[in-house]
Order: sequence, then C-alpha cells, then structure tokens
Amino acid sequence: MKRTSIRRAIVPGIAALMLALTACGGGQTSDTGTDTEGVSGSVAVDGSSTVFPLSDAAAELLSGENPDIDVTVGEAGTGGGFEVFCQDQTDISDASRPIEEDEMATCEEAGVEYTELQVATDALTLVVHPDLAVDCLTIEQVIQLWEPKSDITNWSDLDPNFPDQEISLFGPGTDSGTYDYMAADVIGAESETTRDDYEASEDDNVLVQGVAGTEGATGYFGYTYYEENQDSLKALSVDSGNGCVEPSAETAADGTYTPLSRPLFIYVNNAKYTDNEATAAYVDFYIDNLAELAEATQFIPLNDEQYSETQSVLEGIGG
Amino acid sequence: MASTAVATARETTTVIATGRGRDRSPGSLAFLIALWASLFFAVVVLLAIIISTAIDGAARFDGALFGNYLSGLFPETSGFRAGILGSMWLMLGTALLAVPLGIASALYLEEFANRNRWYNRLIELNLQNLAAVPAIVYGLLAVAAMSVLGFQSSGIVLGGSIALALLILPVVIITTREAVRAVPREIRDGSLALGATVWQTTWKQTLPSAIPGIATGTILGLSRAIGEAAPLLLVGVAVGIRFDPNGFLSAFTALPMQIYNQTSRPQEELQTAAAAAIIVLLVMILGMNALAIFIRNKFQRTW
Amino acid sequence: MSLSSNGAAGSSSGAGLQRVSLKGKSRPGETVIKAVLFVAAMISVVTTIAIIITLIRPTIDFLGEASLVTFLTGTEWAPRSGEFGAIPLVKATFLITLISLLVAVPVGLGAAMYLSEYASPRVRKIFKPVLELLAGVPSVVYGFFAITLVTPFLLQDLLNIDVNFTNALAAGLVLGVMIVPTVASLSEDAMSAVPLALRQGSQAMGANKMQTTLRVVFPAALSGIAAAIVLGLSRAVGETMIVTLASGSLPNMSADPRDGMQAMTGYMATTAGGENPVGSLEYNTLFAIGLLLFVITLVINMISISLVRRFRQEY
Repeated sequence: MKRTSIRRAIVPGIAALMLALTACGGGQTSDTGTDTEGVSGSVAVDGSSTVFPLSDAAAELLSGENPDIDVTVGEAGTGGGFEVFCQDQTDISDASRPIEEDEMATCEEAGVEYTELQVATDALTLVVHPDLAVDCLTIEQVIQLWEPKSDITNWSDLDPNFPDQEISLFGPGTDSGTYDYMAADVIGAESETTRDDYEASEDDNVLVQGVAGTEGATGYFGYTYYEENQDSLKALSVDSGNGCVEPSAETAADGTYTPLSRPLFIYVNNAKYTDNEATAAYVDFYIDNLAELAEATQFIPLNDEQYSETQSVLEGIGG
Repeated sequence: MASTAVATARETTTVIATGRGRDRSPGSLAFLIALWASLFFAVVVLLAIIISTAIDGAARFDGALFGNYLSGLFPETSGFRAGILGSMWLMLGTALLAVPLGIASALYLEEFANRNRWYNRLIELNLQNLAAVPAIVYGLLAVAAMSVLGFQSSGIVLGGSIALALLILPVVIITTREAVRAVPREIRDGSLALGATVWQTTWKQTLPSAIPGIATGTILGLSRAIGEAAPLLLVGVAVGIRFDPNGFLSAFTALPMQIYNQTSRPQEELQTAAAAAIIVLLVMILGMNALAIFIRNKFQRTW
Repeated sequence: MSLSSNGAAGSSSGAGLQRVSLKGKSRPGETVIKAVLFVAAMISVVTTIAIIITLIRPTIDFLGEASLVTFLTGTEWAPRSGEFGAIPLVKATFLITLISLLVAVPVGLGAAMYLSEYASPRVRKIFKPVLELLAGVPSVVYGFFAITLVTPFLLQDLLNIDVNFTNALAAGLVLGVMIVPTVASLSEDAMSAVPLALRQGSQAMGANKMQTTLRVVFPAALSGIAAAIVLGLSRAVGETMIVTLASGSLPNMSADPRDGMQAMTGYMATTAGGENPVGSLEYNTLFAIGLLLFVITLVINMISISLVRRFRQEY
C-alpha cells in the first residue's frame, strides 16, 4: 500500500506538469524536449495486450499535449499485431516477445523494414496464498513444480521443511505470452509447455481471485497484477544461485530478479517513421517520457543502460 | 337450466374479454404456477445481474463516465466516451446493412421462391447453420470483405458494421420469415384475387402485417450485436481511442471492447468504471428495445 | 378485374374454360424485384461459401501436418505437445450446450406460454421487453457473473455442490439463461400468431385453458417454436465468452459437469487473441476447430429441419 501511494503522487505530478505546459502557450515541448507543436495526423498501434497499457498511456499523455494527433491503440495479441504490421497496415506493433522468424520473413516479403525498441520489463511474479508458510523457492524448485508431467502435488514434496499442504495451481492459458515465457525461457522444456493440470484463465484478475481464495494455492502472472493486490497475495522470492531475490521494480530493472524478467518491445515501421510526422512525434514522445509512463502505469521501467540503448537505436531510425 | 353450450359460450366470452380464465382444477393451477415460475426465474436472474453490476459500479455514475476517454494514468476518471459514441455509430451501420438485406431475403424465400427447388432448400438450411457460427468467424469474414472492397485498414465503422451485420443477418431473416409465415393465407389470397401482383401483395399487405415479428427479430439481433467484442478485435478495431467517430469510414472503438479491456486491468478503479459502463450498455440496449417495441405495438394485429 | 391465363400450354379456348393462375400476372417491374430479392437471399449463401473458404485453407495446411483420423477421434488435445485429438473440445461443447438447453427450453417455453396465453396485455407489454433485455446483456458480463456469483455462491455455498473453480455446470446454467430470451420471445410470437379461432374452437368443445394451450396452441405454433429452440441451440453452440471464462481453458475427457473443460469456441477465442504467430501450426488449429464446429452444426440443423418439416401445421 505504501508503494502505491508514492506512485500515486507521481501521477498528479505529471498532471501538474501537463497543465503547466499547456498553459504556457505556443511552442510547447515536453520536459525532455519533444516538440509536437503543429503536428497532426493519425498513428495506428496494435499488438500485445500486455504492452497495451503503456502504449495507451503514451497516447493519452500525447493527446493532452497535442489533440491533433489521433492515435489508435489496439490489442489483437502479439501475433495478430505482427500480422497487420507486416502487411504495412500499422505504424507500430506492441510485442511481449521478440519477432519470430516466420514473421520476419513476412515483413521482408512485404518490404516492411522495422526497428525494435525495448520499452519496459515485465517481471513474472510467483504468488501464493498469504497464509502459506513458504517464502522462497530456488529456480530448480520452480522448474520441478511447473515442468510438464510434474508429479508435485504437495508443498512438502518440494522441500520436507515446507508445510504439508496440497498445492492448487493457477496460471495463464497456453496462448498467453506469460505462459510462453515460463515454458520456454524459465523451464526450458523442449516441448515448450508446462504441466497441464492447473486452473487456467486468460484474465489475470481471475487468477488473483483464485489464488487469494484457495489455501495452499500458487500461481504466476505479471508483476502489475501482484502490485495491485499486495494485501491479498504473497509474492515468492526466487533464488537463482545468489540468494533469495524479491520481485520488485528495482530487482527486475537491475537484473537480479532472474530469470523471471522478460523484455517488452515496440516495433516501429521505419518508412512510416520517416514519412508520417505524427508517427515520429508519437514514438519520440513515447521514448522521451518512458520513465514517467512506466511509473504511472506500474510497469517496470528500463534501467539506465537499457534506456540509453533504446534511445540510441531510436536515433538510428530514418538515418 | 343453461345448457353446456351456453355455459361454455359464457366462459369463453369472459376469457376472451378479460384474458382471464376460471379454471381451478389442480392440474391447471400447477401448470399456471410452473409457467409463472419460468417467467419469474428469468426476471430474477436479470435483476441479480443488473443489481450486482450496479452496486459494483455505483461509485462511477458520473458525468466523467460519458465525457472522458479511457485513462490509464488517471483511473478514477476513466471514461467511455469513445466507446459509447462508437457503439452508436456501429449499431446504426449494422442496422442499415442487416435490416433491408434481411427483410429482402426473407421475403424472397417466403413469397417468391418455389419451396421445392433444391437451391431454395439449401438457403434455408444455410441460414440455420449460419446462426451457429461463432462470432469470431464473422470478424475474419469482414476483414476479407473489406480488402475486397479495397480498404487498407478494416478497423473502421464500416468494417465493424459488416462483421456484425453478417452475424445478425440469419436471426433477422429467420424471424422475419416466421413473421411473414404467420400472416394468414386468406389475406394474401384475397389480395391476389383482387388483381394485385405478388409484389404488391407483399409490400402492402403481408409485410405491414409482419412488422411486429420483424421488430422482435431486429431487437434480438441488435441487442446481441451491441454486446460483441471478439469479432471486432479480429477486424482490427482499436481500444485506445481519444477522438469521436465522424462517419462510417472513421476509426472507432466499441463499448464492450473497452469494458473488457478495463475489467482485465489490475487497477480497481478501472473495474468500478467498467461495471458502471456495463449499466450504460444495458441502458443503451433498453433504449433500442423501447424504440422497437414502440414500432411493434403500433403495428400489432391479431387475427 | 381481368382473368389471366398461364401461357398457351394446353388451354382449351373452344370450351370457354380457362385455367386461372393467380401467379400468372406479372409486370416487368415484378421480375426485377424478384431478381433483387433473390440476390439478397443469395448473400447468405455467399457468406457460407466465404466462411468455408476462409476456414478451409488453413485447415488444409493443418491437416498436412496432423492426421485427420487423429483429429476426429483422438482424445487428447494439446497442440503445443503435438496432440491433435479434438474429441475433448467437442465433448465439452456438447455437454455445456445440453445443460443450457435443459435450462432454456422449459424456462423459455414456460415464459412464452404464460405471456402468450395467460398474461393480460399489460403484463405482456411489460415482461416481453424485460425478457429481451436479458438477450442484450453482453456475454462477457454473463461470463463474469458465472465466475463471481454462480460458482461461489449458488453452486458452492447454496447448493453445496463440490464444483471446481471453473466448471461446465456454471457455464451451462448461465448460457441457458442467456438463450432463454431467444427461445421465449420467438416462441411467444409464434403462439400469439395462432388465430383466435383455434382457441375459441377448442374452448367451445369444453377444453380448459391448460388443455387448449398444450393440445391446440402449442402444436399449431410448433414450427415457430422449433425454429426458436434451434436458434437458441445454435446460439449456445457458438457462444464464446461465457464458456471461455466460466468453463476454463483446460481440455480434458471428463464427463462430470463439476469439472472445468475447454469447449471448441473457448479454444478458438484464446488462440485468436493469443501470442501465436499467424500461420503457425498452432494458429491453424483455430481454423480446423472452426470448420469442425461448422460441420457439426450443419448436421444438427439438417436433422432438425427435416424433423420440423414433418410436423409443421399450416392453418
């Protein structure tokens, strides 16, 4: 609760900033120098529903400063987003995973050249029912718990010191990026699947409800959903060899909360960036204000190194 | 002593005049109670849904809900302006496409087609089948249709209207057919006997008599269409929009899509806003229903 | 008034008797109108063809890598692990639809009979729109209603049934409630359209209201009622959001409605909005399942149409 109130203070801060800027009169620039005065046009953004809140917040902030730029943000899924992106129909594609080979080929065929920009990090958070006396799992234990055909059904199976309590599992469905990441990158199973005897839902709020309401339950989803429900869930720390690390914005950004952090991207159509001034304005504005946007939407912001990388890649577009 | 005939005649007249019967046999009473319970059950469930949703959304029944756009930065004042206006445009477009097409198809099948030709039977089978196709598939069709029509992007009002019109077309056609079928033969035959053509009969006699049924079918169809989100997602309709739609070729968003987006976000204020928006959606449906009921009652005829 | 004769085929002019056809008289405008209407009716056929085309190409791609026999008879559905047996999904769809019909047909017909035969015109005017409002509740709302109210309170607390967090029973019940307006409203229209003369005749013969309703009105309106039920069934089979949310995303072979199980439309919904690259094998399963669904409903509808035709009354 304390952290959220600090974050809540940031939002009125942005509001004050916006008011001050718009009240200033002509030649407005944001605090980091993006000049969107006089620009108009439309920008089409589509893709991952995980990245959606961030891209939508950028659109919202921009529309406050320059209402002549019409940004439409969709959430057809990372795969669906790439499909229309590679048909040259959208300017920007939100993605919770890097573009895959087949999609790269489609883009190449259609002559769409793009630039990948990392915009935030997502930390997969393992949560348990708040009354459960388990606080930390090693990576090996996480893999044992979630790997395909796992036969762990009781907490004490993982570690004899853990309570003798039956495990109820909750998690995203097989078409979610979060599932993908857990299966392929965390567990590393060849089949790219996890065990299949768990309660699945596409809506993370349902998972929150499930874990919070079932004794001995555990689940995993993005950090934001844990952060909003800290009083009804407990997050597990993860030990990947250097001691138990708690999930938080800091540990995810500086890389100590591993391997459960995954990068989130936007892909920018190079041609549209150079030809459409509205697209350029939106992307520039987005990256310039990235830190504030991530804080306000409770995404894990990039660390300094990642941010300067993104900025330099951005400068390279249309060069 | 009154004979059976007179007693029954009296009974029947009372029934017809007042709509109330006077059976008191246990079987009849049990039957009546069972029927009444069915209606009651349906109404109770509806009330449960509405009341629980209204309670969840109570905090957000304010002007900002209608005036503001979606806000992730200021969730307390997140509003559904774009969705509300977008859905209105969408319903207009859908009705303009589905109703004339539906009535025309139904009239052809009922009045002009030779029932025994194989292709007409195929159409009939076809319609019933189409009503079972999941809404998502119509989204895919609309994308294809839009590219055939030459549009770059399909996430505009026209694209959404095509998807939803195709979705509700079977319902409109089937209900119109039943309504037209219910018009007694005598009316048609009388008109034809007086020298009218089949079309004149249809246009001036059959169709006006079938309007109440057509209105019912259209209400059912549009009520369903306004609540659809999945096909629109596939058509490429966006969720984050911060301008008002200005025509059938404008990008837009629909209220159920925004509702679904807000309910799956973690912030509790957005959930509350979404609950309030659901009530708004139901009120919009109520409005459409009221319009159609007005039409239905105005044209109601009993035989 | 003029008599019209139908062509020259076999007409006996000499005897003064001419065949009068009521359909013979036509004007050029008439043909145009008929053509226009025919085109309109063909749109539905075009739609079906378009659906089949849209679904068939990716399905063929899919069947290139997975066997058709396994698809139709296999009992394990896990595309990521290479298991392509669709029976679990089909079974779930059938079970949930069956439960929904068990709710919707009695309730819908009951409500319809009440409104059409027993209710005063004023009651009818109020309750028919109320029923139609039920049809307007977005399926997303029904889905959440199932998870947040039906499963915890109704099933687990009130009725004390040991149901899973997601279960087919809640999905079926809520789905049934959703299609009640379809069944009720259309059945009510059909029953109201039965001429008064039939009712009066029945009562003149001494039947009471219940007997009239069940033995005269109901059979006379059967065509419309059957259409209403089949429409409701179609709607139930194709419904997506409710089954996705309430019944869960795990395909299995359980026949117990207290368990969660993924239905065909649930699978389609999650795959469509998911992270799979378009064109991949997993993505193509979306179309394969869609085509299977289409074929199944086609068979159901063919059966129901032939049944209805046998029993339809004309009056």
